[in-house]
Amino acid sequence: MQDMNPSDIRGEFQEKILKHFDGSQRKVLVTDVETPYPEGRLIVSRTDTEGRITHCNRSFVEMSGYEESEIIGQPHALLRHPDMPAAAFADLWNTVREGRKWHGYVKNLRKDGGYYWVYATVIPNVRNGKVTGYTSVRRKPSRQKVEEAISRYANMS
Amino acid sequence: MPYQFTVSPDFGPDQLAGWHIFNTWMQRQLETDIHFETFDSFDAQRQAISEDRVDIIYANPYDASFLVREKGFVAVASPRKPDETTIAVPADSPVNDIESLESGCRIAQTDDPDISMMGMIMLEPANLDKSNTETIIQDSYIQVAKALIQGRADVGFFLREAYEGLSSLVKSQLKPLVTSDIQLVSHTLLLGPKLAQRKDELGKRLLSMSEGPQGKSLLDSLGFDSWNPVDEEEMEFMIDLMEALVA
Repeated sequence: MQDMNPSDIRGEFQEKILKHFDGSQRKVLVTDVETPYPEGRLIVSRTDTEGRITHCNRSFVEMSGYEESEIIGQPHALLRHPDMPAAAFADLWNTVREGRKWHGYVKNLRKDGGYYWVYATVIPNVRNGKVTGYTSVRRKPSRQKVEEAISRYANMS
Repeated sequence: MPYQFTVSPDFGPDQLAGWHIFNTWMQRQLETDIHFETFDSFDAQRQAISEDRVDIIYANPYDASFLVREKGFVAVASPRKPDETTIAVPADSPVNDIESLESGCRIAQTDDPDISMMGMIMLEPANLDKSNTETIIQDSYIQVAKALIQGRADVGFFLREAYEGLSSLVKSQLKPLVTSDIQLVSHTLLLGPKLAQRKDELGKRLLSMSEGPQGKSLLDSLGFDSWNPVDEEEMEFMIDLMEALVA
């Protein structure tokens, strides 16, 4: 994944380095600008078994701030926000790799450095007994649950 | 013995005649006897499916997983009319957004499972779920509207199309708060195992229904523009989506 570009950022930003589980790292640029979750919409994407995005719906594209061509084929970590603890994603991957459904509150990073909160559900896609990828469906979270997640994540690494 | 065709119980009363005509059309196309049966409730229909008494179904997306993954049905076509949910309150309600709804609120809805599911999902931002709300099941969407107008419910779930089809007088007494915009979930025509091998044959004929005046008239009576093909992967994706949404 490429480092984020200052010319894409809207507002004052801070630079942070995200270290991924595979040892790679990415410079991300984050602002304090929150994009409200769009009413009535579901943000949907699918990845392959390695977490690379294979499909995404219009709401995903719009909320991410990227063009669809910039999204397909990228690791889902494209949207990873530095405020999200690595442990949350470790729990996600451990859960879905065991064939189970995962739910969680996730802060996602936009191309312009802003963020949006979602309540995400991730399930494995099973075809003829084999896991061929994962589907993630996100919906509007309650503000109370987001505040609880913020507190919880502040104490996690 | 004839094959059994049924339609998800959430069709509007205006479409009953159209579905009878559709059944006649299918019998001619497939050159076989098909009996059309309707059910009063989703539970009654599911019971019939469990007992293998259904061979062809125009199915609610909520039942797609059961039909495809457990009973071996295959998808043929869909009118691609996405099922969307409108949530409304009485026009004089002090509530102007979902987050203002409170614990203990009374929800009027029909037994349409995908509308019910989406409605509950759209209430989550208010920290509402089945444990802190009361559900009042109504026989029809007009009854849902009446329950709101008469003060017997605080909020109502409607199929968007049904809400839009309410009279101006009724709509003037309601206030819509939010309408879903999912676009990925719709009813689908499925064939059971006994007829699965005729999927391509039926599919071709469905797609060409919109080419002639009689076919167009039939589509119109069903409330559709056309039939569109649905392949296996597309169906599996919709099922995955529904499974991700079900609590």
